[in-house]
Amino acid sequence: MRTIRVVIAKPGLDGHDRGAKVIARALRDAGMEVIYTGLRQTPEKIVAAALQEDADVIGLSILSGAHMHICPQVMKLLKERGLDHVMVVVGGIIPDVDREKLTAMGVAGIFLPGTPMQSIVDFINQNVAPRTEVV
Amino acid sequence: MKSVADDAGTESAKGRWEREVLEPTLRKSPERSGPFTTISGRPIDRLYTSDDVPAEGEPGADASLPGEFPYTRGIHPTGYRGKLWTMRQFAGFGTPEETNERYKQLLKAGGTGLSVAFDLPTLMGRDPDHPLSLGEVGKCGVSIMSLHDMERLFDGISLGDITTSMTINSPAPMIFAMYLVVAEQQGANWKTLSGTIQNDILKEFIAQKEYIFPPRPSMRLITDIFQFCTKEVPKWNTISVSGYHIREAGATALQELAFTLRDGIEYVQWGIDAGLDVDEFVPRISFFFNAHSDFFEEIAKYRAARKIWARVMRDRFGAKDERSLKLRFHSQTAGVSLTAQQPYNNVVRTALQALSAVLGGTNSLHTNSLDEALALPTQEAATLALRTQQVIAFESGVTNVVDPFGGSYFVERLTLDMEEGAYKYFDAIDRLGGMVAAVEAGFPQREIAEASYRFQQAVERKEKIIVGVNGYVDENEPAHPILYIDDQAAEQQLARLEELRRTRDNARVTATLEALREAARSDANTMYPLLDCVRAYATVGEMCDALREVWGEYEEVPSI
Repeated sequence: MRTIRVVIAKPGLDGHDRGAKVIARALRDAGMEVIYTGLRQTPEKIVAAALQEDADVIGLSILSGAHMHICPQVMKLLKERGLDHVMVVVGGIIPDVDREKLTAMGVAGIFLPGTPMQSIVDFINQNVAPRTEVV
Repeated sequence: MKSVADDAGTESAKGRWEREVLEPTLRKSPERSGPFTTISGRPIDRLYTSDDVPAEGEPGADASLPGEFPYTRGIHPTGYRGKLWTMRQFAGFGTPEETNERYKQLLKAGGTGLSVAFDLPTLMGRDPDHPLSLGEVGKCGVSIMSLHDMERLFDGISLGDITTSMTINSPAPMIFAMYLVVAEQQGANWKTLSGTIQNDILKEFIAQKEYIFPPRPSMRLITDIFQFCTKEVPKWNTISVSGYHIREAGATALQELAFTLRDGIEYVQWGIDAGLDVDEFVPRISFFFNAHSDFFEEIAKYRAARKIWARVMRDRFGAKDERSLKLRFHSQTAGVSLTAQQPYNNVVRTALQALSAVLGGTNSLHTNSLDEALALPTQEAATLALRTQQVIAFESGVTNVVDPFGGSYFVERLTLDMEEGAYKYFDAIDRLGGMVAAVEAGFPQREIAEASYRFQQAVERKEKIIVGVNGYVDENEPAHPILYIDDQAAEQQLARLEELRRTRDNARVTATLEALREAARSDANTMYPLLDCVRAYATVGEMCDALREVWGEYEEVPSI
């Protein structure tokens, strides 16, 4: 099986990148290939990065409350570019009332503050779409 | 200070105790496995005695009393007997009207100062109709586009009678200009107007990442404000040098202390290089620290901060005015310590953190609300946070005495260690060519990323227990009621922006923005043309764009 490739992105105007960076390192230490986009990414840039990097997973870090605007755009663009197989997970401050809506639009996992890094690693390992290519 | 056995072979009291009392006990009942470290990872001994601190007359001994140089024990001889700290609750969300209502409620509940939280588009100098503002308008704070919004924000609040703190950095000059014009409209005198703008761009590059322009033009905006305020608004606190965000980004207590004070030194140096006299502007520099969870480490941090600042201002810069030597600081409890799990635990965390800030001599305090790992606080949660401060102030008895931990072997030892560690970081940063150069080289950023990862690993290994998160977990937690901010504010602000652009004198806006560009290209003070832009109802986005055209934008190279 090939190495899981993950794009970690900070969309929107927020600059609080502690969570994104810690998760990126934890996934890398768990053996995944991690591409960190840096700050202030638009949905277009994130999906382009996923395409270019042949990503299996996109991790979005959103703390500002803009998730209900950003996530639908990312999901729509992934569909348009034929990247439905890319699993999208979101970490940050997500109110309960929005969880169902995010799940309904195809977000696979939502991780709130305090989630152990290992449980995110496990989640990705268990849920990522199987790939047939061999490196 | 004695080692366990000194050169003459005489045993210290601690050495004797360890041999006669401790060791037999440890053989019978060993200690828990530990590690016994602070939240910053610093090892802590089980006991501190007079052997751990310098005796009077020894190097490092500090016999100063409150109100005496170097102010380790506080800047006021009477502590909180003279005046309690300012209870300043940070608030802002949605439209200016909604936030105005919250302010009036906080003042009615006994808050003694205002503190404005702006939304991300305002903080990043973008108007609500910019593509990157999508979904962000009014979410993390109040949306302020133009002077109109500032007038609404302070409607019915007399700016001459209160002090206002504004958490604004890159667009600090624009927002400050708006505040000054509203004060002028209300008939308040700039010469007596008081309050604070955060205006600390270095910690944005280091930690919070809300920067717009590259470091050097950003520093020039700050020295412009120093010069402007010295002349025009002499009682205004021109900068709040902030460790808060550095700590939130994952720094240790020592890194917070060292990077923040070194940022302060950098601002002083740039002010002097811009032609100011040190005692002319340093008295208006204030600080902002985190109040984190490790109780004693935090108290030591505040005590060390005062001591270091006084010495550095005197010895490095030759400051003579006592006000230049006295470090005044605001503190806020640690947002990053709040958990989404079992949110009521956050009330207890916040109370302990607030108590450490008070015991460390804070001059002003914000206590976080219990629901802030879930959303912006509800009114009930915000009121409870303020009540926490009032219980400490009026019921706990801690305000009766100045610096109650002065003379505690443990706290004095920690204070000395903090001081020593900070000077080591100063040397490292001086060798890199100062803080601007260190930031450009990514030095503090890397140090913080390392520390934050180490802490997270300690949590994963359960070396650090966070109640409700990796210990004492409750699987069946009920949902907690939160403040949900919908998109109404954004829609309203977008409609207002359109109306503003239709109804204002656009020729005047264009002319004032051009004058701003001119000033930015020369070395003229940018505050005066900014005041003209504000009076013409130019927006925050337009003013920042004008400067983006001249100076460009900063982009960080992403790294993990």
